[in-house]
Amino acid sequence: MNAPNASMNFYRAAMFAGSLLTWYVLTETAILPPFFFGEPLKIAAQMWTWFSSGTIYPHLAITLLETLLAFVGGTLLGLIAGLWLGLQPTASDLLSPYLKAFNSMPRLILAPIFAVWFGLGIWSKVALGISIVFFLVFFNVFHGVREVNPVVLANARMIGANKPQLLRMVYIPSAMTWVFASLHNAVGQAFVGAVIGEYLGSVKGIGYLILEAEGIFDINAVFAGILTLTAFAYGLDTIVSVAERRLLRWQPH
Amino acid sequence: MTAPAISLRDIVCTFPPSSKGRTPYTAVQNVSLTVADGEFVSVVGPTGCGKSTLLNVAAGLLNPSGGSVDIFGEPLRGLNRLAGYMFQAEALMPWRTAMQNVMAGLEVRKVDAAESRRRATEWLERVGLGGRGDAYLHQLSGGMRKRVALAQILILEPRILLMDEPFGALDVQTRQLMENELLALWSANRKSVIFITHDLEEAISMSDRVVVMSAGPASHPIGEFPIDLPRPRDVAEIRLTPEFLRIHAAIWETMRDEVLKGYQQHERA
Repeated sequence: MNAPNASMNFYRAAMFAGSLLTWYVLTETAILPPFFFGEPLKIAAQMWTWFSSGTIYPHLAITLLETLLAFVGGTLLGLIAGLWLGLQPTASDLLSPYLKAFNSMPRLILAPIFAVWFGLGIWSKVALGISIVFFLVFFNVFHGVREVNPVVLANARMIGANKPQLLRMVYIPSAMTWVFASLHNAVGQAFVGAVIGEYLGSVKGIGYLILEAEGIFDINAVFAGILTLTAFAYGLDTIVSVAERRLLRWQPH
Repeated sequence: MTAPAISLRDIVCTFPPSSKGRTPYTAVQNVSLTVADGEFVSVVGPTGCGKSTLLNVAAGLLNPSGGSVDIFGEPLRGLNRLAGYMFQAEALMPWRTAMQNVMAGLEVRKVDAAESRRRATEWLERVGLGGRGDAYLHQLSGGMRKRVALAQILILEPRILLMDEPFGALDVQTRQLMENELLALWSANRKSVIFITHDLEEAISMSDRVVVMSAGPASHPIGEFPIDLPRPRDVAEIRLTPEFLRIHAAIWETMRDEVLKGYQQHERA
């Protein structure tokens, strides 16, 4: 992706302001009923109250912690499992139907089971997030390892690289392209795991805040929660993009 | 007399059928080829005649179905550790810079980082890429990437060079430049070379000996031609000499039917 120039940034900001304004006008004139669609000003006020009074921080901290643990844990496990199975044709043949079955299973349905196993604290949410992130990363690393350029591999062997050196010099760098493709997706999915987990049973977290607001039909607080989550998910995705640009510097742009 | 650098005896390579109901494919059959220490041998032949298969056997990347491989008198087991292999396709690691690629072979041999950087710098200069060490591969042209590949192999000082149409993808001018540079590097420190090509002119202008293969399947040598042209040679100029044309005509006489055969098989496939 090219770096956006100044005028593109301007248009992006204008688009953001325009949609907010449209939303504001439509709800203020009651063309869209504010009870269902919220009111931008009141949502902003709600967010301001949360952040200025500090009441949101404990919730935000919990949700971010769950997300990060799920993201890092799921990525590491996916990376290790993907590398290992990618290099072990027999084991991957053996496990492949099970992995496909697990992957096609709607894993959000595991949330109640994880709640029973790990309680209502953060670990049931982390487990749910990991179960989602793991497969995203795993399948990408697996394919990345399988699709290593055989000529590059043969060349590395001919200049004397042994198994561990091949892993470090060829397999891992080659799989990194695939890993990063999955990480953007994984960030969002880690948030999904955390928030859905909270939504289904918790005493803290942004998901809990949203559930609570829904209970009293406070649609503005629901939107405020959603917007807060979106902002942080976008922030995390930006961090992934920066890491990607640094680590994949060798790729032509 | 010292043992030959490479001695292939009665090599047979048969590949299992690609799908059920098809017959196994025999790429090369009963190939014997000897390369003396310091000799530059080219192997030419039509498309799909198993030239690369033969090279992979000499490199130890491929186990032949039959026959034996001796390297300096010792039977080859596993990869050929005395050989550098220059592949036809892009074989460098794109996630490494030119310098890091040239250093890779020293790195796996646990050579001290400063020392290997010094030697890699030297080699990059020798192949005409001084100052371009920090470039990633996509920032270099096809010819430059071939130079990096050459430096990556030669820095390890292999006694044998196996080259599989290394300059096939380059334009004619770059190609002749690279051929001359390869000859210059080779004559400074004579290694034993097997050079695979389908370009007869390239083969004659560079080699001490040209081996012509028959069309596949079950490809085998059908002629050997010593090239007694004087060295040092300039690959562009030598092509215009009468001796060159005479050798070319003699080899082409042997090759022509095989090329047609190979071409027809290629059409049918």
